Amino acid sequence: MITVEKISNGTVIDHICGGKGKKVLSLLGINENYPHRVALMMNVPSKKLGKKDIVKIEGIFVDVENANLIALITPHATINIIKNEKVEKKFVAELPEKLSIGKCPNPNCITNFEHEFEEFIKSNELYRCSYCERLFKGAELI
Amino acid sequence: MDMISMRDLDKKTIETIFERAENIEKFGYKERKGIITTAFFETSTRTKLSFQSAAKHMGMKVIDFVPETSSLVKGESFSDTIRMLDNYADAIIIRHPKDGSARLAAKLAKHPVINGGDGANEHPTQALIDIYTIKKEKGKITGLNISLFGDLGHARTMHSLLYGLAMSDVNLTLISPKGLEPNAEIIDEIKKEFKTEIVQKYEPDFTDADVIYVVRVQEERFADKYEAKKIKEQFKLELSDLKKAKSNVIVLHPLPKIDEISAEVDKSKHAKYFEQAANAVPVRIAILEYCMGME
Repeated sequence: MITVEKISNGTVIDHICGGKGKKVLSLLGINENYPHRVALMMNVPSKKLGKKDIVKIEGIFVDVENANLIALITPHATINIIKNEKVEKKFVAELPEKLSIGKCPNPNCITNFEHEFEEFIKSNELYRCSYCERLFKGAELI
Repeated sequence: MDMISMRDLDKKTIETIFERAENIEKFGYKERKGIITTAFFETSTRTKLSFQSAAKHMGMKVIDFVPETSSLVKGESFSDTIRMLDNYADAIIIRHPKDGSARLAAKLAKHPVINGGDGANEHPTQALIDIYTIKKEKGKITGLNISLFGDLGHARTMHSLLYGLAMSDVNLTLISPKGLEPNAEIIDEIKKEFKTEIVQKYEPDFTDADVIYVVRVQEERFADKYEAKKIKEQFKLELSDLKKAKSNVIVLHPLPKIDEISAEVDKSKHAKYFEQAANAVPVRIAILEYCMGME
């Protein structure tokens, strides 16, 4: 068993679908220049997911808005906010109702030609571009 | 009020527009004041001219925006162009090759924007004319067997029409070459939302059809030209096909038609596409009145 030491103040994201941990870190802007401790555990055995990834990030507290973006990559990830080595808050990432990030993947969508803010509205488990009306998977938008 | 997508309309709104169009056909037009602009960034015969005719029948003035002689040539953006048109007219009728362009125009303009076709996305006023024609010819819409025939994957009118017909509780049969079926997402969406019966076929079969709606199979979509020729022949509507169908079946087409319907069908009692094109004027008067908030 691999053990990773606890973090003091930061965020632990559990129940990430196996192999998606790196993308979660990238979404949160964690790269080689990040100054604090970061642990990425990949392919950890999980009863629920078969294989899961876990990330531990010292120094940032992921808010609900960012957590919900994580749901686009890996639905139902668990976010643990750690303060003074204790879990202060725990919640599950949920798909956001509206997205104002990213570019429309439809190359013929007007938003790829004009400087307009893109907006995608949740429609069942997919997202509809509010301009060209096409449906996309959440992961296609980030 | 804008008219951008069939998704923005409900059954009650569609009925209100049809009632207005029926009254216009029975009792004539009311005199209206105002200016509309037709901003067509793509070619058009029926949509542009019938909107212009509708506005002129109502006594309104029409400004025709011509992209080729406008500042678009100097590089002015689409957004700025719309802002300018919004300064000069009380409503903007737009056609543009990019998907979502009408929605963007509606977000930028203070005056109503009516979508005359945005890329491969929507053409809601055409769908309203099509459904109005079915109602006028058949006396009802609900419960009819409607066959959509041809390239259902690329026709712009198809997205709006499928959505509008599904709202009207019809039985839909889709008859297309393999690979030219309508977008699967739209089919899933309307099946979920309206519980519409949809059957997909790959061979022409109009046995139960009350309405046959034809769209052209476009040769340019095929890499294999011989295959394209065979499919075009198979998906051409001949008078002999109609002899096997119900005696009162009607044939519609959004036009322009090229060679997907034989000339003999044009002369038959079944052909209603020229009447369908004529219905564009009362329906578009009703749409202008509705969108421009005219009582």
